[in-house]
Amino acid sequence: MKPLQKLKSRTLVLDQDNIDTDQIIPARFLTTTQREGLAKAAFADWRFDADGRLRADCSLNAPGASDCQILVAGDNFGCGSSREHAVWALEQFGFKAVISARLADIFRANALKNGLLAIELGRPVVAWLRQHPGVELDICLEDCRVTLPDGASHGFNLDPFARTCLMEGVDALGYLLAKTDLIARHEVSQAGAS
Amino acid sequence: MSQTLFEKVWNRHLVQDETADAPALLYIDLHLIHEVTSPQAFTELQQRRLTVRCPERTVATMDHSTPTWSADLQGQRRYASEQAWEQVQTLMENCDRHGIVLHDWDSPNRGVVHVMAPELGLTQPGMTIVCGDSHTSTHGAFGALAFGIGTSEVGHVLASQCLLQRKPKTLCIRVEGELGPGVTAKDLVLHIIGKVGVDAGTGHVIEFAGSAIRSLDMEGRMTVCNMAIEAGARAGLIAPDQTTIDWLRGRRHCPQGEQFERAAEDWLSLASDPGAVYDREILIDATTVAPTMTYGTHPGMVVAVDQPVPMPADGTAARALEYMQVKPGETLQGRPVDVVFIGSCTNARLGDLRAAADIIRGRQVAPGVRMLVVPGSEQVRRAAEAEGLDRGFINAGAEWREPGCSMCIAMNGDRVAPGQTAVSTSNRNFEGRQGPGSRTFLASPATAAACAVRGCIADPRFLDGEPEVCIHFPSPRHMEARP
Repeated sequence: MKPLQKLKSRTLVLDQDNIDTDQIIPARFLTTTQREGLAKAAFADWRFDADGRLRADCSLNAPGASDCQILVAGDNFGCGSSREHAVWALEQFGFKAVISARLADIFRANALKNGLLAIELGRPVVAWLRQHPGVELDICLEDCRVTLPDGASHGFNLDPFARTCLMEGVDALGYLLAKTDLIARHEVSQAGAS
Repeated sequence: MSQTLFEKVWNRHLVQDETADAPALLYIDLHLIHEVTSPQAFTELQQRRLTVRCPERTVATMDHSTPTWSADLQGQRRYASEQAWEQVQTLMENCDRHGIVLHDWDSPNRGVVHVMAPELGLTQPGMTIVCGDSHTSTHGAFGALAFGIGTSEVGHVLASQCLLQRKPKTLCIRVEGELGPGVTAKDLVLHIIGKVGVDAGTGHVIEFAGSAIRSLDMEGRMTVCNMAIEAGARAGLIAPDQTTIDWLRGRRHCPQGEQFERAAEDWLSLASDPGAVYDREILIDATTVAPTMTYGTHPGMVVAVDQPVPMPADGTAARALEYMQVKPGETLQGRPVDVVFIGSCTNARLGDLRAAADIIRGRQVAPGVRMLVVPGSEQVRRAAEAEGLDRGFINAGAEWREPGCSMCIAMNGDRVAPGQTAVSTSNRNFEGRQGPGSRTFLASPATAAACAVRGCIADPRFLDGEPEVCIHFPSPRHMEARP
């Protein structure tokens, strides 16, 4: 996991609510045993037609789309299946952050564990972003703020623990393993209780 | 102080409480794994030279990528791809290497993870249960705190038997009154999601309570909790009661004899205390629920089968109607159907198959309709075959397959062709969920079977135009699967 402290990029907008993880990566790509090689699978049924040709009407295929590292989407982004492949596919496609007014729980948890910054902003700001695709945003994790091109800045909530992991590029497993004594004590106390 | 069911289970499993800086450390009693979401977690463990902390608390099955065709005479199975076969092999190797019990092809208990674990009594009230699968909420029907996790978290649980979690909020959905004749748990949960919305439960666990929930059998409760995630909640819970205890008694992994009675006493004490406070409460009237189906591309776009499809609320909904080729103002009844799927962790238990078989009995699957019946587990398959349900389906023109997730997620080769209309007892009607370009209408097993025999969307209560006196919806006790 690469450390992420600041991000400056143009946005790509998917102006739709309830984009589920089956859209982000269709289930037929889930037979893999690897994390890698999923960039092509990202939004595969949106980007490609039945014959495997790129769809011209899909914003993910537009010129310059691959330079956009910030994805702006409607409410309840990432709902549905818990597949972490959705996060891997988005990252491998080139996204480093996802902004929505409301993110699905499991998707958000998965994203933050992989260095994909998943944040919720207020509905009016997201509504504005949805209407203005391609604007350049400045995201700073140090003070948890997103700055718009006009200089207006908006704070976001990010769990301090997840924020530290993102900024330092570490995952939570090391922290968990350092708690082995506590875990063992809990196991002993539960064995005694039952 | 009064506590909710969720708070009681949560508190019992706190290894370390949350602070402003760090999430809580929650102990996990049971970790269910399958072939799709575990391989990368095992790779991570291997790379870090870690072992599985509690193989005895980890149980594996294979369900998503597995073919539902029987093995041929040489014992070969028809996998959808080389990669699907490799994935299943990888699970076998990982379980073997780490000493994890795997219910593989030879196990009499293999099945869809959320069907087989309760059957074996692995799922017990008051437990914390996780699985790399969003429908883990199913196990909440027993008063367990059960939720889906991603592959990174699968790795965390394998290595530490714990998860880092922020305490979620609580939402109580109270369903009062009696469900009408021919109205099932599936109709109820679709109705609920339609009322509260697909993100009402985000950040919450849902407790389903009220007289209509208490009068459901365990299978119905599992159907309801299974779809808590479709309302945005990672977990759905129902308080353990005598129905729960009776269902669990004698199951293989449950305590036995005197120990069971002691455990049962403890389980009954888990129910939310009188006066316990939830962050939110929603009241639902069960008497207004009719056989309900989805008409759009998420499980909150629902309508009673005999009611007109509402006007789209926004652009996203309008796009969904276009994809589904559904017009506002029309009823779903009479819409031609290509495929009917009876299966999935939502509705592939014995009671579900019986409900479908009751409709099929004495009738035929309509010409041009493909009906696929996929039992949820080997136990369900055997019980159904012992009653002759398989013959009933086959004689009516349906396909009777081996257990697995099958057409619910369409990973194993069982899928709906582009442009086809499917009525499915599964849980998700997302665009392309059952195959690229497929159109899915979610329904109860009774409704799905009615659609199969009519060849179009139909109300199971009035199958031949007259109220169906011959359709009996058995009382809860009779719908129980045997241990």
